[in-house]
Amino acid sequence: MDNNLFLITKAPLSIEEVTAKVVRREAGAVTTFIGTVRELTKGKRTLYLEYDAYVPMAEKQLSRIGEEIKEKWPDATTAISHRIGRLEISDIAVIIAVSTPHRKDAYQANEYAIERIKQIVPIWKKEHWENGEMWMGNQLETIEYPEGHPQKEELE
Amino acid sequence: MITVLLFAHLQEVLGKEKIEIDCAPLTVAELKQYLKESFGFEQISQVMIAINEEYGVDEDVIQPGDIVALIPPVSGG
Repeated sequence: MDNNLFLITKAPLSIEEVTAKVVRREAGAVTTFIGTVRELTKGKRTLYLEYDAYVPMAEKQLSRIGEEIKEKWPDATTAISHRIGRLEISDIAVIIAVSTPHRKDAYQANEYAIERIKQIVPIWKKEHWENGEMWMGNQLETIEYPEGHPQKEELE
Repeated sequence: MITVLLFAHLQEVLGKEKIEIDCAPLTVAELKQYLKESFGFEQISQVMIAINEEYGVDEDVIQPGDIVALIPPVSGG
Protein backbone atom coordinates (compact mmCIF):
# COMPACT_ATOMS: atom_id res chain seq x y z
CA MET A 1 0.00 0.00 0.00
CA ASP A 2 1.21 3.47 -0.91
CA ASN A 3 1.10 5.63 2.20
CA ASN A 4 1.01 8.94 0.35
CA LEU A 5 -2.16 10.83 1.16
CA PHE A 6 -2.32 12.29 -2.36
CA LEU A 7 -1.73 9.89 -5.18
CA ILE A 8 -2.07 9.57 -8.95
CA THR A 9 -1.76 5.93 -10.03
CA LYS A 10 -2.40 3.59 -12.93
CA ALA A 11 -3.36 0.79 -10.54
CA PRO A 12 -6.97 -0.05 -9.56
CA LEU A 13 -8.02 1.87 -6.45
CA SER A 14 -8.92 0.32 -3.11
CA ILE A 15 -11.58 1.97 -0.96
CA GLU A 16 -10.21 0.28 2.14
CA GLU A 17 -6.66 1.43 1.52
CA VAL A 18 -7.57 5.09 0.97
CA THR A 19 -9.95 5.11 3.91
CA ALA A 20 -7.37 3.51 6.20
CA LYS A 21 -5.05 6.46 5.58
CA VAL A 22 -7.36 8.87 7.42
CA VAL A 23 -8.71 6.70 10.25
CA ARG A 24 -7.36 7.92 13.62
CA ARG A 25 -8.31 8.02 17.26
CA GLU A 26 -9.49 11.65 17.21
CA ALA A 27 -11.94 11.04 14.37
CA GLY A 28 -15.53 9.98 14.91
CA ALA A 29 -16.46 10.34 11.25
CA VAL A 30 -15.00 9.24 7.94
CA THR A 31 -16.72 10.14 4.68
CA THR A 32 -15.65 8.42 1.48
CA PHE A 33 -16.53 9.65 -1.98
CA ILE A 34 -16.07 7.22 -4.87
CA GLY A 35 -16.21 8.54 -8.42
CA THR A 36 -16.98 5.78 -10.92
CA VAL A 37 -17.12 5.57 -14.70
CA ARG A 38 -20.66 6.23 -15.90
CA GLU A 39 -22.02 4.46 -18.94
CA LEU A 40 -24.62 6.99 -20.08
CA THR A 41 -24.11 10.75 -20.28
CA LYS A 42 -26.98 12.70 -21.81
CA GLY A 43 -28.04 9.62 -23.76
CA LYS A 44 -24.56 8.92 -25.12
CA ARG A 45 -23.13 5.52 -24.35
CA THR A 46 -19.55 5.46 -23.09
CA LEU A 47 -17.55 2.32 -23.95
CA TYR A 48 -14.57 3.16 -21.76
CA LEU A 49 -12.58 6.15 -20.52
CA GLU A 50 -8.99 7.15 -20.63
CA TYR A 51 -7.44 9.55 -18.10
CA ASP A 52 -4.21 11.47 -18.60
CA ALA A 53 -2.48 13.61 -15.98
CA TYR A 54 0.52 15.82 -15.41
CA VAL A 55 1.37 13.50 -12.56
CA PRO A 56 3.80 15.48 -10.35
CA MET A 57 1.75 18.67 -10.61
CA ALA A 58 -1.53 16.80 -10.13
CA GLU A 59 -0.23 15.25 -6.90
CA LYS A 60 0.90 18.70 -5.75
CA GLN A 61 -2.52 20.14 -6.49
CA LEU A 62 -4.25 17.31 -4.62
CA SER A 63 -1.97 18.02 -1.69
CA ARG A 64 -2.88 21.69 -1.95
CA ILE A 65 -6.57 20.76 -1.72
CA GLY A 66 -5.68 18.90 1.47
CA GLU A 67 -4.08 22.08 2.81
CA GLU A 68 -7.10 24.16 1.86
CA ILE A 69 -9.31 21.70 3.74
CA LYS A 70 -7.02 22.00 6.78
CA GLU A 71 -7.53 25.77 6.70
CA LYS A 72 -11.30 25.51 6.47
CA TRP A 73 -11.75 22.46 8.71
CA PRO A 74 -8.63 22.39 10.94
CA ASP A 75 -9.47 18.99 12.44
CA ALA A 76 -9.85 17.23 9.07
CA THR A 77 -7.45 14.73 7.53
CA THR A 78 -7.82 14.09 3.80
CA ALA A 79 -6.58 11.38 1.44
CA ILE A 80 -7.21 11.41 -2.31
CA SER A 81 -6.25 8.84 -4.94
CA HIS A 82 -7.01 9.32 -8.64
CA ARG A 83 -6.53 6.58 -11.20
CA ILE A 84 -5.31 7.29 -14.74
CA GLY A 85 -5.02 5.16 -17.88
CA ARG A 86 -7.86 3.10 -19.34
CA LEU A 87 -10.94 2.63 -17.13
CA GLU A 88 -13.97 0.48 -17.88
CA ILE A 89 -17.59 1.19 -16.94
CA SER A 90 -18.06 1.20 -13.13
CA ASP A 91 -14.31 1.28 -12.48
CA ILE A 92 -13.32 3.69 -9.71
CA ALA A 93 -11.64 6.85 -11.03
CA VAL A 94 -11.25 8.73 -7.75
CA ILE A 95 -11.53 8.08 -4.02
CA ILE A 96 -11.65 10.89 -1.48
CA ALA A 97 -11.60 10.04 2.23
CA VAL A 98 -11.95 12.68 4.93
CA SER A 99 -11.90 12.09 8.66
CA THR A 100 -13.00 14.60 11.29
CA PRO A 101 -14.13 14.46 14.92
CA HIS A 102 -17.79 15.06 13.89
CA ARG A 103 -19.74 14.04 10.77
CA LYS A 104 -20.87 17.39 9.37
CA ASP A 105 -17.35 18.61 8.71
CA ALA A 106 -16.42 15.33 7.06
CA TYR A 107 -19.32 15.58 4.58
CA GLN A 108 -18.62 19.22 3.77
CA ALA A 109 -14.88 18.85 3.39
CA ASN A 110 -15.33 15.83 1.15
CA GLU A 111 -17.62 17.71 -1.22
CA TYR A 112 -15.21 20.63 -1.25
CA ALA A 113 -12.43 18.28 -2.34
CA ILE A 114 -14.23 16.90 -5.41
CA GLU A 115 -15.29 20.37 -6.54
CA ARG A 116 -11.68 21.58 -6.30
CA ILE A 117 -10.39 18.55 -8.21
CA LYS A 118 -12.64 19.59 -11.08
CA GLN A 119 -11.18 23.10 -10.97
CA ILE A 120 -7.44 22.93 -10.41
CA VAL A 121 -6.00 19.42 -10.77
CA PRO A 122 -4.33 18.74 -14.16
CA ILE A 123 -6.15 15.51 -15.06
CA TRP A 124 -7.97 15.01 -18.35
CA LYS A 125 -10.65 12.53 -19.33
CA LYS A 126 -11.09 11.10 -22.82
CA GLU A 127 -14.48 9.65 -23.62
CA HIS A 128 -14.61 6.73 -26.03
CA TRP A 129 -18.06 6.26 -27.56
CA GLU A 130 -19.34 3.84 -30.19
CA ASN A 131 -19.07 6.54 -32.82
CA GLY A 132 -16.11 8.58 -31.71
CA GLU A 133 -13.86 9.86 -28.98
CA MET A 134 -13.08 13.21 -27.39
CA TRP A 135 -10.92 14.76 -24.68
CA MET A 136 -13.33 16.43 -22.28
CA GLY A 137 -13.08 19.82 -20.63
CA ASN A 138 -12.92 22.13 -23.60
CA GLN A 139 -16.16 21.26 -25.33
CA LEU A 140 -19.44 22.99 -24.74
CA GLU A 141 -21.32 19.80 -23.97
CA THR A 142 -19.21 18.98 -20.92
CA ILE A 143 -17.42 22.18 -20.09
CA GLU A 144 -16.19 22.38 -16.54
CA TYR A 145 -15.13 26.03 -16.78
CA PRO A 146 -17.53 28.47 -18.41
CA GLU A 147 -14.50 30.68 -19.06
CA GLY A 148 -12.41 27.86 -20.45
CA HIS A 149 -9.90 27.93 -17.62
CA PRO A 150 -9.78 28.19 -13.85
CA GLN A 151 -10.67 31.64 -12.59
CA LYS A 152 -7.79 33.49 -11.01
CA GLU A 153 -9.51 33.39 -7.62
CA GLU A 154 -9.87 29.62 -7.94
CA LEU A 155 -6.12 29.30 -8.17
CA GLU A 156 -5.21 31.47 -5.23
CA MET B 1 15.86 26.60 -23.94
CA ILE B 2 12.55 25.79 -22.28
CA THR B 3 10.68 22.51 -22.37
CA VAL B 4 6.95 22.71 -23.04
CA LEU B 5 4.97 19.64 -21.94
CA LEU B 6 1.79 18.69 -23.76
CA PHE B 7 -1.14 16.66 -22.50
CA ALA B 8 -4.50 15.32 -23.66
CA HIS B 9 -5.70 16.64 -27.02
CA LEU B 10 -2.75 19.02 -27.40
CA GLN B 11 -0.43 16.01 -27.28
CA GLU B 12 -2.46 14.34 -30.01
CA VAL B 13 -2.66 17.46 -32.18
CA LEU B 14 1.13 17.87 -32.19
CA GLY B 15 1.91 14.17 -32.11
CA LYS B 16 4.48 14.56 -29.34
CA GLU B 17 4.68 14.85 -25.58
CA LYS B 18 6.92 17.91 -25.47
CA ILE B 19 8.53 20.62 -27.54
CA GLU B 20 11.74 22.57 -26.93
CA ILE B 21 11.68 26.31 -27.50
CA ASP B 22 14.77 28.49 -27.65
CA CYS B 23 13.46 31.97 -26.95
CA ALA B 24 13.47 32.35 -23.15
CA PRO B 25 13.25 34.53 -21.18
CA LEU B 26 9.74 35.43 -22.23
CA THR B 27 6.44 36.09 -20.51
CA VAL B 28 3.52 33.67 -20.40
CA ALA B 29 1.60 36.02 -22.70
CA GLU B 30 4.51 36.01 -25.17
CA LEU B 31 4.71 32.22 -25.07
CA LYS B 32 1.00 31.96 -25.85
CA GLN B 33 1.43 34.32 -28.79
CA TYR B 34 4.43 32.30 -30.00
CA LEU B 35 2.51 29.01 -29.79
CA LYS B 36 -0.43 30.52 -31.60
CA GLU B 37 1.74 31.76 -34.45
CA SER B 38 4.04 28.73 -34.70
CA PHE B 39 1.56 25.91 -34.23
CA GLY B 40 -1.81 27.46 -34.99
CA PHE B 41 -3.14 26.90 -31.46
CA GLU B 42 -6.31 28.90 -31.91
CA GLN B 43 -7.64 27.86 -28.49
CA ILE B 44 -4.49 28.85 -26.63
CA SER B 45 -6.45 31.48 -24.71
CA GLN B 46 -8.29 28.62 -22.97
CA VAL B 47 -5.04 26.96 -21.95
CA MET B 48 -3.44 27.62 -18.59
CA ILE B 49 0.34 27.73 -18.40
CA ALA B 50 2.18 26.03 -15.56
CA ILE B 51 5.78 26.97 -14.87
CA ASN B 52 7.71 24.36 -12.90
CA GLU B 53 4.42 22.75 -11.78
CA GLU B 54 2.74 25.98 -10.61
CA TYR B 55 0.02 27.86 -12.50
CA GLY B 56 1.32 31.09 -14.03
CA VAL B 57 -0.37 34.31 -15.13
CA ASP B 58 0.28 36.30 -18.32
CA GLU B 59 2.86 38.56 -16.69
CA ASP B 60 5.03 35.77 -15.25
CA VAL B 61 8.44 35.40 -16.86
CA ILE B 62 9.69 32.02 -18.08
CA GLN B 63 13.44 31.55 -17.70
CA PRO B 64 15.77 29.26 -19.66
CA GLY B 65 15.66 25.79 -18.13
CA ASP B 66 12.08 26.13 -16.87
CA ILE B 67 9.64 23.29 -17.44
CA VAL B 68 6.44 24.72 -18.83
CA ALA B 69 3.21 22.76 -19.24
CA LEU B 70 0.16 23.62 -21.29
CA ILE B 71 -2.90 22.85 -19.17
CA PRO B 72 -6.16 22.73 -21.14
CA PRO B 73 -9.37 22.84 -19.08
CA VAL B 74 -9.19 19.92 -16.68
CA SER B 75 -11.77 17.12 -16.40
CA GLY B 76 -10.68 14.89 -13.54
CA GLY B 77 -12.95 13.33 -10.94
